Amino acid sequence: MKLVVTVVGRDRVGIIAMVTRILAENNVNILSINQNIMDGFFNMILIAEISESKLKLTELQKILKEQGEAINVEIKAQHEDIFNVMHKI
Amino acid sequence: MITIDDILETNRMITENKLDVRTITMGISLRDCAHPNIEQFCRNVYEKITRSAEFLVQTGEDIEAEYGIPIINKRIAVTPVSIAAEACRTDSYVPVAEAMDKAAKEVGVNFIGGFSALVEKGFTPGDRTLLNSIPQALAGTDLVCSSVNLASTKAGINMDCVREMGEIVKRTAELTRDKGAIGCAKLVVFCNAPGDNPFMAGAFHGVSEADKVVSVGVSGPGVVKHALEDLKGADFTQVAETIKKTAFKITRVGQLVAREAAKRLGVPFGIIDLSLAPTPAVGDSVARILEEMGLEACGVPGTTAALALLNDAVKKGGLMASSHVGGLSGAFIPVSEDEGMINAIRQGSLSLEKLEAMTCVCSVGLDMIAIPGDTSAATIAGLIADEAAIGMVNNKTTAVRVIPVPGKKVGDTVEYGGLLGYSPIVPLESRYSSEAFIARGGRIPAPLRSLTN
Repeated sequence: MKLVVTVVGRDRVGIIAMVTRILAENNVNILSINQNIMDGFFNMILIAEISESKLKLTELQKILKEQGEAINVEIKAQHEDIFNVMHKI
Repeated sequence: MITIDDILETNRMITENKLDVRTITMGISLRDCAHPNIEQFCRNVYEKITRSAEFLVQTGEDIEAEYGIPIINKRIAVTPVSIAAEACRTDSYVPVAEAMDKAAKEVGVNFIGGFSALVEKGFTPGDRTLLNSIPQALAGTDLVCSSVNLASTKAGINMDCVREMGEIVKRTAELTRDKGAIGCAKLVVFCNAPGDNPFMAGAFHGVSEADKVVSVGVSGPGVVKHALEDLKGADFTQVAETIKKTAFKITRVGQLVAREAAKRLGVPFGIIDLSLAPTPAVGDSVARILEEMGLEACGVPGTTAALALLNDAVKKGGLMASSHVGGLSGAFIPVSEDEGMINAIRQGSLSLEKLEAMTCVCSVGLDMIAIPGDTSAATIAGLIADEAAIGMVNNKTTAVRVIPVPGKKVGDTVEYGGLLGYSPIVPLESRYSSEAFIARGGRIPAPLRSLTN
């Protein structure tokens, strides 16, 4: 099962490091990363494979959300199917 | 592979345009609960509901979190109580409503529908008992919703019931007068009621349904309005195409949620209801879509045509996105639950009569309209008869959910909070009486178009 992680917030040192560390610690494999800075705002969309992880998706979401809040960025993690059903026939 | 733009578009719909799944509704048959002893019947009902829906709310919340799509309501619809409770030797079904209320609170849903009767052609003793129990049942419970189907294209209009419903609406208002007559917000009168509608207050579990079923009602007026904002001055072909595409996307999400919910609960998937359901929040309004099409204010000439186009395009787009479509499936125009409608009433561009015309081309009817508290039962019955006639002749569902708020008059406002919203009192023609017309009773025969064989 694939996971889509979106991260938005004011840019600072270590956002990618923090997100990818959480994913690595939980055995989530990153497939692609797209990241840029617009007007000082950090934007990242990351797609990852979560099937090998022992954590339930909702548990991983909670960790990402809490850790994101600690450094003032909003982290959303969603099952990729919501994007697939909406944009693919 | 999904693209960045797709991801951004979906998440913008959810965060900025208030895309959500309005409700996951579990239909539960109560036909196996029948018992002559009402206390035993109520125990059976409580047990069946709490057992069947034990994981409904948790499942909804899990799906909401995993996909990142808000699922606003989790609800239950049961077999019309007039049928399920008919064997009980009793003169009141109020204890059944109390058992439903208790069960709904136990499993954590926010409404339970099915305190209902289907009487378009006539009354059984159970139907009579149910009708007599409605005011007290709605006053004594928090989550129970009631509906009465009193007309259909096949059977005509039961005018005896129309007269009685005028009085029942008034009595319900009186018994809940300390809360702005909120009982009436949980009571809807139908023509051609579908048995698989997941939306309240009119949801019940139809007699032809399976033992348990999961249905989903989608929403998304904000998404449709946003899509039209890029089409200033474009012709109606483009408007319709854009609404269809948007409705398709919205409905695909509903289908995903319905499929997942059905799988996780081990209950068959019923239908997706393709309705544009507004909320009182700014940016979640059907009226604002009509205005986006170029009407200065909702209610001016052109409004009915705009709504007809919207309603049709939503169905065409949604139909392709779902394996089973049913329920009401159309744009809703509840006044107190739609910020744009409230505004239109307040500024005088929208009237009750225009709303009646609009109900000819959308779902579902005169919905959530607060009217002066001194409106007579006969006038309310007249409104019900008119809506039933529109539904009967046009082979569509229509409904009336009006709230005669005791002590309030035109110029006042009534506030319910939450999804039920708030509304100015809507003026209606009451200088002249419908009394003698309503007093006749009997049945209005089924129209010519009922003879389709």
